[in-house]
Amino acid sequence: MEMPSPNAAILARKAELIAQLRRVLPDDAIISDEVETRAYECDALTAYKCPPMLAVLPRSTQEVAAVLHICHRAGVPVVPRGAGTSLAGGALPTADCVILGVARMTEVLETDYENRIIRVQTGRTNLSVSGAVEEEDFFYAPDPSSQLACAIAGNIAMNSGGAHCLKYGVTTNNLLGVTMVLMDGTVIEVGGAHLDAGGLDLLGVICGSEGQLGVVTEATLRILHKPEGARPVLIAFDSNEVAGACVSDIIKAGILPVAIEFMDRPCIEACEAFAKAGYPMCEALLIVEVEGSAAEIAHQLDLIKGIARRHNPVELREAGDAEEAARIWLGRKSAFGAMGQINDYMCLDGTIPVSALPQVLRRIEELSDEYGLKVANVFHAGDGNMHPLILFDANKEGDLETCEAFGAEILKLCVEVGGCLTGEHGVGIEKRDLMLHQYDAVDIEAQLRLKDVFDPKWLLNPAKVFPLSTTSTRRSPSLAAQ
Amino acid sequence: MKMMTPQSEADLAECIAGASGPMWIQGGNTRGCSGSGAVLSTRGLAGLTLYEPGSLTLVVKAGTPVAEVKALLKGENQQLAFEPMDHRVLLGTAGEPTMGGLFAANVSGPRRIQAGAARDFLLGVRFVDGRGQVLRNGGRVMKNVTGYDLVKLMAGAHGTLGVLSEVSLKVLPLAETMTTVAVPNIDLATGVRALCSALGSPFDVTGAAYDPQAQTAYVRLEGFAASVAYRARELIQRLSVFGQVEEVTGSAQLWRDIRDVRDFAGRPGDVWRISVKPTDAIGLIPALGAIRTLCDWGGGLVWALMPEGDDVRAKMTVPGHATLVRATSNTNRAARHHPETAPLAALSAGLREQFDPRGILNPGLMG
Repeated sequence: MEMPSPNAAILARKAELIAQLRRVLPDDAIISDEVETRAYECDALTAYKCPPMLAVLPRSTQEVAAVLHICHRAGVPVVPRGAGTSLAGGALPTADCVILGVARMTEVLETDYENRIIRVQTGRTNLSVSGAVEEEDFFYAPDPSSQLACAIAGNIAMNSGGAHCLKYGVTTNNLLGVTMVLMDGTVIEVGGAHLDAGGLDLLGVICGSEGQLGVVTEATLRILHKPEGARPVLIAFDSNEVAGACVSDIIKAGILPVAIEFMDRPCIEACEAFAKAGYPMCEALLIVEVEGSAAEIAHQLDLIKGIARRHNPVELREAGDAEEAARIWLGRKSAFGAMGQINDYMCLDGTIPVSALPQVLRRIEELSDEYGLKVANVFHAGDGNMHPLILFDANKEGDLETCEAFGAEILKLCVEVGGCLTGEHGVGIEKRDLMLHQYDAVDIEAQLRLKDVFDPKWLLNPAKVFPLSTTSTRRSPSLAAQ
Repeated sequence: MKMMTPQSEADLAECIAGASGPMWIQGGNTRGCSGSGAVLSTRGLAGLTLYEPGSLTLVVKAGTPVAEVKALLKGENQQLAFEPMDHRVLLGTAGEPTMGGLFAANVSGPRRIQAGAARDFLLGVRFVDGRGQVLRNGGRVMKNVTGYDLVKLMAGAHGTLGVLSEVSLKVLPLAETMTTVAVPNIDLATGVRALCSALGSPFDVTGAAYDPQAQTAYVRLEGFAASVAYRARELIQRLSVFGQVEEVTGSAQLWRDIRDVRDFAGRPGDVWRISVKPTDAIGLIPALGAIRTLCDWGGGLVWALMPEGDDVRAKMTVPGHATLVRATSNTNRAARHHPETAPLAALSAGLREQFDPRGILNPGLMG
């Protein structure tokens, strides 16, 4: 993966930059030691590593503004970092950058149950936002798999989803307002506790902009009262096609489950070996979860079981109590961990129209044979967000490259059938060079122009999202100016 | 006034590229807001591109009438869940609302509090920017974080960044049944608090309005019949601390009227739409000096019928924003939107400059 070569002029002024930062940050917030900056050399896309020139860990919006103001004046690129859980390399540094981590900004600033909002500093983890409102039985709906570790800052940057977004939407649907610092240090407030901020929908475009438009330091999030209960049902089929048809029929019947998860045989086998959840051995397995009171759950599950039976399932298992529900979810929730036990893997994130499911799974199987690498599929079937896991051996010469080439083929396939490269992980560096498969050059140019407005010097996370060839003229003037 | 009605996206691009002055973009002309220059109608860009009920996805050309789409969806027991209002009632206009107009103005109704706004349902757009370039963003799948979300930016941009030619959207199942629980004879503060309580319950409320004239709070429930009956019982009990609670009939008409602010129709005065934190409505409404008001979205959306020329924006003592929706002849129509803070105004102006460098698309409409 090509990254821009570091700017020697910036590196030469490292000591000067540290001196300037010391004036606005406490000493313990500046990390310049070569050993310590290693901690920031990568995110969860560990195949790529590069220690930054410096890392800073501010505690407030004012400190973030001061840091950005200094870096802007000095022409130093800044890579914002939440908890470093990006699977797409969104927080991968360059050697001449300052990593701006929000990990120390974890305060809850306001909780308002009457108006159903919480305002937090964005370094707070996703799960601890729900934790902060649990005493009143409220929760924050988006639930990415990494929710124990990932920060709200990163959730906003990547517009993160999760298993339950079929009903509750993704981050952008649950974000009401932000305090954001622009690259030049200007602090802006967009939206707030009210709905639909006036003017252009800047909030909508900030969400999912991968830390390229500004650093979001505080966020107003929608919180909801927990449902009275939830219960999953597990449905096993002997073919992917039939499972796909069942998903479609459930949706057409007017039922909106909170989650419909899909696992194929390789994934089931791996999960079973790892988590021993007692899954039936079959070609395709659905976990469908519904919410409500006991009677509402029973009614919806009756409808779902009725539909499932018309598709002759191999097995239909309903959770009788919380323990059985946990067992049904156990395998799915440990899917990534299970794969990690067996192998190195690369997790893809393309989204496809639900109707294209059987066709896409068939083609992935063919590609798997062609590339000689195994794939396990686990995904959010209700919204077509796939997570094919390609297994490879990082210690084997050339295996990573083969895996990446295979992954690129799958993502192109997603685009061909009417889907997209990434449903919830973001583009980062991982899918950067595939952007021209989804968008024409003019469409990319329109997006670059948007960044021009927020960050005219192209200093914020500049080497991400777009193919380097499309951004080189924008990035180079700021470098040449040094 | 010169009227252009391109028949294809390529035609539309040509019209805009070749324009020499301001263009006022018109869908169904139900909100009628034009100045001097040419009118650019999207009505020639109509028709269904794709509908997959099992994927909850619909793709239509921007000039397609909303009524046609609603009828199509109804055939599959599906709906536009954001419940767009019909401006014809309030504005006394004719014409046929279009899908493009609906998204360009981010028009949502009572269900916005539960299901989301129009912008939350918009999955992808094709549009022609002020340079005359055909652009696309997003797609037709429900989860998509590939590149910047220009889809959201286009929703609610009122055509100032580009003219929509095609939209893809998420649709949802139509509820089997609905009912309304009402708390009559309560004052504004108690009414809003009752709505907050209902919205903070686990009972999946899909409408929460308070009518200050009727002194009544209304809460809507939708879903499968048995589930609605159960939740209505639970809500009646929960809300009984605020007053006498009753289940009322005629839900469909009641919520249509709230959606369209029918009570203000034909009454003289300016109509303002105010978005605030729900409980802030309690202090704001008495301070407005309005002829009539109506609260939707649990109090978060305040409709105010104001004396002519009485500018609500000057009376906003709480965070939020106000938009002039219906102006009488003596009111300054140009200043419809709430002023932005200086840095936000600079960003908005920068975006307009990038997408419409000649400033020809609905110039001045948003600032």
